[in-house]
Amino acid sequence: MTDLTDTLAVPLDLRAKRTWRSVKSVIMTGLMTAAVIAVAVPLVAVVVAVVSRGARVVVRGFPAFFIAEIPLVGRRPGPGMGPAILGTLLSTGAATLIAVPLGVLGAVYLNEYGGKRRFARLVRFMSNVMTGVPSIVMGLFIYVTWTLRFGYSAFGGALALGCLMLPVVIGASEQMLRLVPDHLREASYAVGSSKSRTILAVVLPAAMPGIVSGSLLAVARAAGETAPLLFAVGAASAYNPNLFREANTALSIQIFSNATSSFVAAQDRAWGAALTLMLLTFIITLAARVVTARFARRR
Amino acid sequence: MAVHDQPGIGPGIQPDPRPGIVIQPPPEIDDRPPGVGLDRTTVFDLEGLAVYYGEFRAVRDVTMQIFKNEITAFIGPSGCGKTTVLRCFNRMHDVTPGARVVGQLRYHTAELYAPHVSATEVRRRIGMVFQKPNPFPKSIYDNVAFGLRSKGIRGRSEVDAIVERSLRSAALWDEVKDRLRASALGLSGGQQQRLCIARTIAVDPEVVLMDEPCSALDPVATARIEELMRELRAAYTIVIVTHNMQQAGRVSDRTAFFTTEVDSKFARRTGTLVEYDTTHNIFAKPRDQRTERYITGRFG
Amino acid sequence: MIDLRGRRAYGDRAFGSATAAAAAMVLLILGLIALTMTRRSIPVLQHMGLGFLTGSRWSPADDAFGALAFIFGTAFTALIAVVIAVPISLGVALFMTQVAPPRLGRPLVYLMDLLAGVPSVVFGLWGVLVLSQHFGLGRSFFTAGLILAIMIIPIVTSLSREVMDTTPVGDKEGALAMGTTRWEMIRATVLPHSASGLVGAVMLGLGRAMGETIAAALVIGSALGQITLDPFAPGNSMPAVIANEWGEAQELHKSSLIALAVTLFAITIIVNLIATGIVERTLKQGRGT
Repeated sequence: MTDLTDTLAVPLDLRAKRTWRSVKSVIMTGLMTAAVIAVAVPLVAVVVAVVSRGARVVVRGFPAFFIAEIPLVGRRPGPGMGPAILGTLLSTGAATLIAVPLGVLGAVYLNEYGGKRRFARLVRFMSNVMTGVPSIVMGLFIYVTWTLRFGYSAFGGALALGCLMLPVVIGASEQMLRLVPDHLREASYAVGSSKSRTILAVVLPAAMPGIVSGSLLAVARAAGETAPLLFAVGAASAYNPNLFREANTALSIQIFSNATSSFVAAQDRAWGAALTLMLLTFIITLAARVVTARFARRR
Repeated sequence: MAVHDQPGIGPGIQPDPRPGIVIQPPPEIDDRPPGVGLDRTTVFDLEGLAVYYGEFRAVRDVTMQIFKNEITAFIGPSGCGKTTVLRCFNRMHDVTPGARVVGQLRYHTAELYAPHVSATEVRRRIGMVFQKPNPFPKSIYDNVAFGLRSKGIRGRSEVDAIVERSLRSAALWDEVKDRLRASALGLSGGQQQRLCIARTIAVDPEVVLMDEPCSALDPVATARIEELMRELRAAYTIVIVTHNMQQAGRVSDRTAFFTTEVDSKFARRTGTLVEYDTTHNIFAKPRDQRTERYITGRFG
Repeated sequence: MIDLRGRRAYGDRAFGSATAAAAAMVLLILGLIALTMTRRSIPVLQHMGLGFLTGSRWSPADDAFGALAFIFGTAFTALIAVVIAVPISLGVALFMTQVAPPRLGRPLVYLMDLLAGVPSVVFGLWGVLVLSQHFGLGRSFFTAGLILAIMIIPIVTSLSREVMDTTPVGDKEGALAMGTTRWEMIRATVLPHSASGLVGAVMLGLGRAMGETIAAALVIGSALGQITLDPFAPGNSMPAVIANEWGEAQELHKSSLIALAVTLFAITIIVNLIATGIVERTLKQGRGT
């Protein structure tokens, strides 16, 4: 009896104690938060720089920036980057048309036909290796095999970008195909469909949203590549809507060459091109997210 | 038809002391339209059929015949090979890596596993409904019409007619006729399973295999599908795998009882066919002790 | 008589072959790369022998091509990048997996994706015109390393996060139940469990940093033949040299640049292979637990 009243008389103190241990934990948590801020700072800095300096050039005489030709003389102020935009769209667009069908078909082989076989495992391994090829190596490769024979062209750039995109598309697509449940395939086989029909009419449609968004992300990355294009596309200044003939240019190339120019006008155009490129990348990435979100909702 | 025997408990069976467990064997009353099923045409002829997964023999020595326009049930404890045998009938093991079928399995006069036989052709004549309803993420119409493309049927009016006919046969038409373009995934479980049945019979098979078609469904949906099976029997030959003995008793004309034996080499159990007879005989006067123990609930 | 032979399986078989051919393209392209690039490197290798890799004098005018300085430069900038990026990446990954309230998780992932989406050349532009001019950092190993660090943070973070997520909840709860602080719990459970996987993630970042061309080319300073441990000196790296000297290169010079590319290719492949191997093994182990 008395023991109980004794223990009840002393209040329990459960407040956090200010020991070194707890302080250390708070410091560490603070460091982690600082790391997050450290990541946000350069991103914000870059975006702010691109938007503020780029908008200045782009907005002045809008939409001249997107249409006007690139001044031949670096010193001359004013827009534009029209040919570069066209060049980027041509090269990236053609690269997508090459890499995505090839990549999806290759992924279909790996997941639906290849399985554990030696050839399939080799392709998977090499595809992984290929994602790590430095873009400049790919550029030199295209130079040596294509540009030397056929000259500079947007198509050469498309080949180089396509080679960079291919392993990425294969990897993402294979993942999506693996997610399609087997019972859907069995249902198709059970009504007498061939394997190709099953893949084309059941498996691919089911995996399509994921494949599309993965491909879009690969496209966004390709649009920003510089090195492969330097060796394949050239650095023309005039409009060149022809995919196959004659040197072309691209936003990334223009940014690269103008960045080292000592003329402010050229540098300004570089910022404008950077803004345009980032807008383009942003739109494509946004489209990829929308597709993924719609996919999630439908299920 | 078999000689009528005393309905009820046959010789050798002790009444089970647990109340309510005794299975009432179906009466030997023939409720089918006259002329159907009497020809006793053999659809499947199995002899010494065995299935291997890699080196492991999952099912051994199955010898039996399946007859036209009958409902044959495969029953037995889990792992006894009833689904494994069922999947032999439509070459479904082709899809499983490492699976190997040996022995004789004849479909009418053709040996199903002969080298020149196309699995796709086989599956157009022998359809399958799965345990968990697996409609495609497409519209109801597109689900039912899916198999028709492979048969070369493309004309709009022809496809429409077949879709309606199949949905009617599956007792689903009235519920979905106003929303054929809606997604099949919006249907209830029982409706989805009837849709899968409609999809299967749309390609006009001779045989419909059913792998525990009601195990994922509630009792009301189950009853509807059992009723559907009895209706379909007139036009199709049905083989059903079920772990529910009462269902076998309610629905089937013939029953095959499988069980497992210990395979000492692999320390796993191999499935084997124990007894195959009319459903009435299996439940009223089973010949094998293992059958008797299973249907009276002493194991399984 | 039942005919089960089936007709017109040609379309089906053709489709299967087409997919296999598409898959084979990967092997074809990689093989072509290896073949053509090595062939074109032969002239300079014949000229310089092993001196190509060991010599540090690079003077195209004299036909002297010693790439050691550039190999060093590549490794040095990549090292600086890793030294800067890894603590930050680990901190962010730890934050995202152990500290952040659930609502913050999504925006953080978006932040990372945004960072990963900025093209390399835009980082280079910013680096040249803002970091080195504006902030007076100049062109040096350090500036290049800094830019590279920013670029590899997203991938190192996301991989580290994946690895850390495999720490069994039971271990973490067990530590907390003994009255440890959050940091002590992390040190006792998450870090040891993820250690090898994190090494792999870091190596992957290293590989990525070594291959990044453009950003480095713009800010590294393009000095010749510099092997110094002073990070603030201007320097050069393999990809930067190739990008900057290609325009005016003659035959043998071009061959040397291609040989540089092959060397770069070989090094990055080895690093990436080791890294992926480690990461995959850790992830598989983690999932098995």
